[in-house]
Amino acid sequence: MLETWVVIVTSFAYLGLLFAIAYYADARADAGRSLIASPYIYSLSLAVYATAWTFYGSVGRAAENGVGFLPIYIGPTLMIALWWVVMRKIVRISKQNRITSLADFIASRYGKSALLGGVVTVIAVIGILPYISVQLKAVSASFTTVLQYPELLSAPRHGDVPLVRDTAFWVALILAAFTILFGTRHLDAAEHHEGMVAAIAFESVVKLVAFLAVGAWVSWGLYNGFGDIFARAAADPALRPMLAPLGGAGGDYSSWIWLTILSMLAIMFLPRQFQVTVVENKDEKHLSKAIWLFPLYMLAINVFVLPIAFGGLLHFPRGADADAYVLTLPMSQKQELLALVVFIGGLSAATGMVIVETIALSTMVCNDLVMPVLLRLPGLRLNERRDLTRLLLAIRRGAIVLVLLLGYLYFRLAGEAYALVAIGLISFAAVAQFAPAALGGIFWKGGTRRGALAGLCAGFAVWFYTLLLPAFARSEWLPIGFLQHGPWGIELLKPQALFGVAGLDPTTHAMVWSMLANVGAFVAVSLTWAPGAAEHRQASLFVDVFKRPALPAGASLWRGTAAAPELYDLLSRFVGAPAAEEAFEDYARLRGLELPIARLPADADLVHFVETQLAGVIGAASARIMVASVVKEEAPSLQEVRAMLDEASQIIVYSHRLEQKSQELERATRELRAANERLTEIDRMKDEFVSTVSHELRTPLTSIRAFSEILHDHPGLPEPERARFLGIITKETERLTRLINQILDLSRLESGRVEWRESLVDLREVIRDTLAANSQLFKERDARLEAKLPERVPKVRADLDRIVQVIVNLLSNAAKFVEPGRGRVEVTLVTEDGFVRVDVRDNGPGVAPRDRRVIFDKFRQGGDPLTGKPQGSGLGLHISRHIVEHFGGRIWVSSGASDGADGGACFSFTLPVASGRALERAA
Amino acid sequence: MSRKVLIAEDEPSIVTSLEFLLQSNAYEVRVARDGEEAVRLAEAFVPDLVLLDVMMPMKNGFEVCRTIRLNPALVDTKILMLTARGREAERDQGLGAGADGYMTKPFSTKDLLASVKGLLRE
Repeated sequence: MLETWVVIVTSFAYLGLLFAIAYYADARADAGRSLIASPYIYSLSLAVYATAWTFYGSVGRAAENGVGFLPIYIGPTLMIALWWVVMRKIVRISKQNRITSLADFIASRYGKSALLGGVVTVIAVIGILPYISVQLKAVSASFTTVLQYPELLSAPRHGDVPLVRDTAFWVALILAAFTILFGTRHLDAAEHHEGMVAAIAFESVVKLVAFLAVGAWVSWGLYNGFGDIFARAAADPALRPMLAPLGGAGGDYSSWIWLTILSMLAIMFLPRQFQVTVVENKDEKHLSKAIWLFPLYMLAINVFVLPIAFGGLLHFPRGADADAYVLTLPMSQKQELLALVVFIGGLSAATGMVIVETIALSTMVCNDLVMPVLLRLPGLRLNERRDLTRLLLAIRRGAIVLVLLLGYLYFRLAGEAYALVAIGLISFAAVAQFAPAALGGIFWKGGTRRGALAGLCAGFAVWFYTLLLPAFARSEWLPIGFLQHGPWGIELLKPQALFGVAGLDPTTHAMVWSMLANVGAFVAVSLTWAPGAAEHRQASLFVDVFKRPALPAGASLWRGTAAAPELYDLLSRFVGAPAAEEAFEDYARLRGLELPIARLPADADLVHFVETQLAGVIGAASARIMVASVVKEEAPSLQEVRAMLDEASQIIVYSHRLEQKSQELERATRELRAANERLTEIDRMKDEFVSTVSHELRTPLTSIRAFSEILHDHPGLPEPERARFLGIITKETERLTRLINQILDLSRLESGRVEWRESLVDLREVIRDTLAANSQLFKERDARLEAKLPERVPKVRADLDRIVQVIVNLLSNAAKFVEPGRGRVEVTLVTEDGFVRVDVRDNGPGVAPRDRRVIFDKFRQGGDPLTGKPQGSGLGLHISRHIVEHFGGRIWVSSGASDGADGGACFSFTLPVASGRALERAA
Repeated sequence: MSRKVLIAEDEPSIVTSLEFLLQSNAYEVRVARDGEEAVRLAEAFVPDLVLLDVMMPMKNGFEVCRTIRLNPALVDTKILMLTARGREAERDQGLGAGADGYMTKPFSTKDLLASVKGLLRE
């Protein structure tokens, strides 16, 4: 089953299938029914992150380092949690500006600088070459391995294989052809490569299924599950250290942290990730699903890494190529079909990466490197050529072939010295250099073009010196002594122990130094030299993307004169006449303008429109050059740009204030509504009060009227009867009078119209006098009244008459409630915590706990059915509370049964002890 | 046989006056001092008429009225409600609860007796 022709036919069949999927997706897109407008397809396309490095290399790294392979997958998982803040902003900016690549993004941010775009492109191409070489190495190695079946030998060294017989070379050429078919069918790079994305999503499924298949087979076919494999590994003294998560073979803490940071940056700034995440994004909202789906994919593809690694280590003798375990394990057990599936999975992982990466790089090379140069070469007279679309396509195709051949060259020069993962990490460190300029660019307005250039160059230089040159040195292309003793024997300059910093692994070492140089140069230079006008404008557009409306901000900053037909000609040269015509028609329709083109107003809006359209094809920097060539521009001075920006921010300030005002109005409305509700409530309470007062007045009136009429109608009533009825009339009249007085009193208290006559009051004397004056009340009821008063109490400041009123009220309540004959009322006086407290304790029925609070409200009486309704207005306690609280005291009722005697109530009130100053004043 | 009247009222002096008025007109009178006692006595005494105060402890007049109306043994009992809160809404509430008449305090003794006689069809 693993004969050469079967493998080759299967491989081509697989590539053919991919192409069919891409073709179908493109056809659907042309028909307006996009296949990839789905968050699931989007998330799967992000999994282009998992390359042959993941597929073969993770196992290789795990076989060497145990869990040391993990940071590469932890990083993206951590990073993606921040995407709603970071990546959404990048996507929004890129859509508004029709950004075509990472180089375009950075160039555009720093004033559409062609130089910066070029530098980013060069760094990206050089930095990514090792990574592409990894894929070539993996495909050719897996191909060779499969073809040697049933032998399990490692692939031979490549240095001695002639070019035409080197599979890697052919793989590079085939992939180049395939990428050209995929990636350069459309010209506008800002339009989505729908076919490519669909194919990539499919590949993500294939590589996952293949890896899970071999993982499951190793775990449960070759061994008896995870437990079995790990138990065997733990039993093997050579393998045991690899089970330790940190500090052992897995790498020390610093390398874990740096690898995690490195891969956090890689998931953002690898050109292919930028391509699928930003350029190919159809809907910002897809990000929110990707935020959890992508980490899930990462988890799934990593589950079996350790079992396969340990399975391979246990199965094969030491020294076997661990990068190939995924393939050689099934082959060793004659699992030919599984081996073929694995081979296709690896092929899919590699092709996915190569296709997207080279498309992204070729766009960068074309738009940010070649075109700006060509457009500036007067000898070529490009400005005068009618149709440039063919030229553009040719450049991109050439770039694709070039990138792949350079990748192959790197593979031939340095590919043998390192394992898959180590080569990949070199590329990760290279793209991490973009982070300061890109992230700084969207969050820090102060970052400038010079700063970005300085940072990128410094970081790249350090990377080149500490990672790339050593890679060549190890491959014997440079003298190895350079590594061991430094250039010219200067130890301090040793590439992998710069300035004497040793003990770090090479990647960590390179990251620390390059990031230090990069960030330091970026910040320092940005702060030293002021930005130009164009930079100022772009910085503001990028950083404030969520605060500004999309179009006018950019357009309003332009001043100049142009002619619509010239702009049309310009656009049609790059995109072809039909597309240009369509674009202009859209433009006119959206703004309600009349065609023909010659009559369109060639204002700032149209110029901006054409420039954005061009940017989608040749990048922002080149578009700027082209538009400038047909437009007579007066570059606005920095002051003018600042003034315009200030105006814009003024408007923002106004709208902010407007918003504040409307919020204040809303709050005022809410407050008014609440006040209205309170008034309604007060009104209702007043009604309730009037109704209750009326009830309380009508009750004695009823008796008075009834008995008056009875006495009138029955002149012959016996004398005792008459006397009793007259007595009732008198009593009820008194009750009525008392009630009216209390209502008036309460009304004065509540409206604050009471005249308080304050003086220093000795409560001991007051109580003694009040008891003496009211002893008759208790004699009538045959109740015992006792007072326990201390020798001396501090004076309080209060209105003597009012305090007497409170005490009388409490005493008459007590007298009213105690049982005649058995009643006992006790008054005590104590001083505590700066207050004097008066307790009036009775042995009546007491107050139910639920009533203890409400009896101090208006017209509320304790409802005790046994004694019938007590006599009284229901206002006495309420008035007492008013008085006591006026003087800073408190009144309450508790159970009178503190001494265990029968029930009863204890009414207490406190008054604050008069301060020294009050005493002086009184004296 | 004299007609039976139940006075349900918690205000002692009003009770005294009603008791006197009704007894001097040859009615057999019982007195309840709260709502629950009123219900109990109504079932035991089976009065021809209940003079029912609205604001009473334990159970208010409306509740007592509804309870009596639900009792099949008391279908012939007339209910005259007495209230000190002369409100239209309360009058409707009383009649809605099944009262036959409604008087506002203070009332004329003549009107009261006339209403009692009217309800008892004398």
